[in-house]
Amino acid sequence: MARRVAIVGTGQTDHRSHRPDVNGREMIYEAVKRALDDCELSIHDIDAVVIGNMDHFESINYVDTWSVEGSGAVMKPIMKVTTGGTTGTSVAIAAYYHVASGLFDRVLAIGWEKNSESDTTAAIITCSDPIWDRFSYSGAIPSLATEASAYMKQYGATQEDAARVAVRDRTHALNNPHAHLRRPITVEDVMASPMLAYPIKLLDVCPRTDGAAAVVFAADGVAQKIAPKPAWIRACAVRHTYTWFGDVDYNAGLVSLQGASREAYQQAGIRNPAEDIDVAELYLPYSYAGLKWIEELGFCGPGEGPGFIQDGHTDMGGKIPVNPSGGVISTNCIGATALLRVAEAAGQVMGKASQRQVPDVEVALATGFGGCFWSDMVILGTVRP
Amino acid sequence: MTVNLDQVEPLTLKGQIAVPYTWWVGEVGSKFLIALRDEAKIIGNRCTKCNTTYVPPRKNCGSCFTDIYEFVELGNEGIVSAHTVVRFKYPLQPVESPFAYALIRLDGADVGLVHIIKRDLDRLKNGVRVKAQFKDPSERTGHILDIDSFQII
Amino acid sequence: MDNIAIVGAAQTTYERRKKDKTCYDLVFEMTKQVLEDSGLTLKDIDNVITVSNDFLDGRTISSMAVGEAAGAHDKNVSTVEGDGTFGALYGAMRVLGGFNTTLVVAHSKGSEGDVKHITNAMFDPIFQRFLGLEAITASALQASVYMDRYGIREESFAQVSVKNHGNAKNNPYAHLPMDLTIEDVMGSRKIADPLKLLDCSPVSDGAAAIIIANESYTSKAKTKPVWIKGLAHCAEAYFLGDRDLADPRSLRDAAEKAYAMAEITDPMKAFDVVELYDAFSYMEPLWLEGLGFCSPGEGCKLLDDGITTMSGTLPVNPSGGVLSAHALLVAGLARIIEAVLQLRGEAENRQVPGAKTALAHGINGPCGQSHCVWVLSSEK
Ligand SMILES: [Zn+2]
Repeated sequence: MARRVAIVGTGQTDHRSHRPDVNGREMIYEAVKRALDDCELSIHDIDAVVIGNMDHFESINYVDTWSVEGSGAVMKPIMKVTTGGTTGTSVAIAAYYHVASGLFDRVLAIGWEKNSESDTTAAIITCSDPIWDRFSYSGAIPSLATEASAYMKQYGATQEDAARVAVRDRTHALNNPHAHLRRPITVEDVMASPMLAYPIKLLDVCPRTDGAAAVVFAADGVAQKIAPKPAWIRACAVRHTYTWFGDVDYNAGLVSLQGASREAYQQAGIRNPAEDIDVAELYLPYSYAGLKWIEELGFCGPGEGPGFIQDGHTDMGGKIPVNPSGGVISTNCIGATALLRVAEAAGQVMGKASQRQVPDVEVALATGFGGCFWSDMVILGTVRP
Repeated sequence: MTVNLDQVEPLTLKGQIAVPYTWWVGEVGSKFLIALRDEAKIIGNRCTKCNTTYVPPRKNCGSCFTDIYEFVELGNEGIVSAHTVVRFKYPLQPVESPFAYALIRLDGADVGLVHIIKRDLDRLKNGVRVKAQFKDPSERTGHILDIDSFQII
Repeated sequence: MDNIAIVGAAQTTYERRKKDKTCYDLVFEMTKQVLEDSGLTLKDIDNVITVSNDFLDGRTISSMAVGEAAGAHDKNVSTVEGDGTFGALYGAMRVLGGFNTTLVVAHSKGSEGDVKHITNAMFDPIFQRFLGLEAITASALQASVYMDRYGIREESFAQVSVKNHGNAKNNPYAHLPMDLTIEDVMGSRKIADPLKLLDCSPVSDGAAAIIIANESYTSKAKTKPVWIKGLAHCAEAYFLGDRDLADPRSLRDAAEKAYAMAEITDPMKAFDVVELYDAFSYMEPLWLEGLGFCSPGEGCKLLDDGITTMSGTLPVNPSGGVLSAHALLVAGLARIIEAVLQLRGEAENRQVPGAKTALAHGINGPCGQSHCVWVLSSEK
C-alpha cells in the first residue's frame, strides 16, 4: 500500500543571472540549508536525497555523487533523476515515490542549474536527434514559436494578448524576493523588445538563471509532526509523449498537458478546475503558453485564454491566481524550475508564501514542462488524501 | 531498395557536443586558487565541529553540514597515500605519460589532495614524502595546475 | 515492505560495437523482449523508467530519444541517470508506491562516444578535472591503497580476471569470454599501475530491461517471479582524498540496510550466488568485503580458497561479471538479470545448482562512491 506523502519544507536560493560567489555544489548547499531551516530539521533527519539538473549546462557527469557535500548526502542514499525541463517535477515525483514506497520517511528533493556556466542554446540544441533534426529544427525557441503562431492562427490571439501574460508574471515577481527579474514591464515594453522568432520577442521568454531549490517530503504520521500544516500530495501525473518535434500536432493543443490534467484531476477529485483549484504555479517558459495552456488545464474553454487573462482572472486577487511567484518568465534555473513550481505551490498550501500568499489556499496546482512538449503535474492540498 | 547491413558498412555521422563552459570558482575556491597564483601557498580550511582540515577548502563540511569559516595555510609538503603510474597516453592528460597521479596528505591536512608527479617514478610508493613545485609566477593563472606537480623529496 | 517481484528480464548480447542498431532500436528491442519474456502486454505496464546518460548519448535530455521505444507513450515515465541498479530501484519504489508494473530499460553505446572524456567529467571541474583523471586512473589509485593496506599482490587481482573471463565462456551474452592464465593477466599491457589491460573491463554496447510487478500482477506474468527481499543504496564523500579508498563504507551501509530488510544476518550462509560490479579486477574482493562476506582485507582469500568460483560455496559473477561485459548504466541491470536467471533456474551452463537467494550490486561515481544492493529470492 502506498503511503500518503506531504511536503513539509521548502528552500530556494536568491536567483540571479549568475552567482560568481559560489560553485554549483555550494549553491545547492544554500537551498538545502534553507529548506531544512524552513521545517526545522537537520540534515541528519533526512533519509534520502533525489537530485536533478541537465548535464550539459554545467558539464558535470554523475551530479548525484559530485554534489553530496552540498546536497547533504554524505553517507546517505542519493539518486539522480533528469528529464530535461521537467526535471524539477520528475525529481519531486521521485521524492514522492521514495516516501510513498515506505522505504524512507523524510526525503529531500533538489533541483539546480547554473545556466551562466555554459551556452544554454548550444547545450539545448543537442536535445534533438543527432542524425535527423539537430541541424534543422531544434532548441526551445523554434518549436515554441511554431506552437504560438499555430495558436494565433487558430483563435485569432494577438501578440498583445501574449504580452499580458509576461506582464502579469513580471508584476507578480515583485512580491517574490527570490525572483531573478524584479523590474516591472508593460505590454509596450514586450511589444518593443527584439523579435527572436516570430511571434516570440525577448520579453516573451524566460531568462537564464543560476539557482537551486530544495523541498522536503515526509510520510504520513511524520509530516504532521514536522509541519503544522503540511502540503499533501493529492495527485501526480506525467506525460512525456513525443520523441520528435516534427510529430507534435500543434492544432491538437498541448496533448501531454491535457492527458496529465485529466489523470491528476481524477486522482484529486477536481471537477471544475477554475473553481476547485485556488492557485496555480505553471511552468510557462514563454508568454503564449500562458494563453493556450490554461485552456488545456480547463481553466477556460478553447480560444478563451486571451480573454481570461485580460479579465484578470489569473492575477493576484483573481479567480485563480497563476504564478504568484512570478513564474518561469521571471526565474529560470532550468533543473530547478519545475521544482520551484512545486515548492511555491506547497508554500501556498502551507500558508507560508509571505507577500505572494493567496488567501485561504486549499488546493494548489504545479506543472512542469520540457523535453518534446512534455507535461508533469502535481496537485497539493491542505486535506490529507 | 533494401539495405542489408551485413553486406554494406553501416553509416555513421560524426559530431561532438561543442558547448563552452565557464565554471564559477566561488569565494572559497578562489581563496585557494588565488593563494596558489599569488603566493605559491596551499590553503585549506577546518571544520571546527569535527576538527577536519580540508583541502581544497570548502564552503561547508559534508559530514557536519555546517559552514566552515576557519582557513589555514598548509605545508607545501606531504606524504603520498595512494599513487598510480599512468602508462597510457590521452589528450586529457596534462603531461605525457608515464607520469603519476597521487593522493597527497599535505602537512596540516586531514584529507588527501590529488595531483601529479612527473619525475623519479621508480622511487614512488605510498608513504614517500613529496613537495609542491609551483610554476613560475608569470605562468600561474589561478588554476589547480599552478602547482606544476609534486616532486619526491 | 510489500511483496514485489521481477517478472520479466531481457538483455542484448554485449559487444564492442553494435553498428546496425541505434539506441532507440536497442531500447525498442529490449522492451519487446521483456514483455515477451514476462508474457505481459504493454497494456499491463502502467509506468516506465528509462536509464540513460546525456554524456554517453551525446545529447541533452537523452531520455527524449528512447521514451517511445520504451512504450512510455501516455504512461507515467521518468529517467534515472546512473547505473541500472538505481533505475531499477526507482522502478521498485514506484511499484511499492502504488503502481502495478514498472518497466525499466537501460541502454548504452560506449562505442559512439569517448568514455575517457565522459568519465573525466565525473571529476570536479575546478579542482580535479584538469588533472586528466578518469575512471581508470582514479580506480588505480583505489587499487594502490587497497594493496598497500593489506599487502595484496597483483596476482590476486589477476586471479579474479581469470575466473570471471572464464565464467563468461558459459554466458552467451558476454562480450569477452576468455581462457586466461594469471601470467596472461600479469603480462598484459600496463595501463595505470597496478592495473593492466586484463584487470580492466571493456567498453561494451548493449541494453537490458526488467519488469517489476506488485504481488497481484505476478500471477498475470508467465515467468517464475523473483522476489525483491531487500534493496538499499548509499553514497559516501565525493573527493577521493576525503575517502578511505580501501574501506567501502557506503557499500557496508547499503548492504546492512538491504540485509536487515531481507532478515539476513549471515550473508555467507544466506546467499547462493552473487553478481557484483567488478569494473576492475580489484573491485570484486573489495566489494565482497564491503558486502560483509569476509573481514576487511580478506576478500582475495575467498577466491584463493575457491569459495567464489563456480564450484565453490558462493559463486561470484557466474555471468563473467562486468570484467567480461561493461555497457555503462546497463551493467548493474545485467547483474540483476543474471541473478534473476539464476533464481529462475534458467542460467543454463552457468547455473548455480539450486540457487534460491542472490545478491546483485551496482555502483555510481568514482571508485564506487555510491552503491546499490539488491537481495533477490526465488521464494516469497
Ligand atoms: Zn565537520
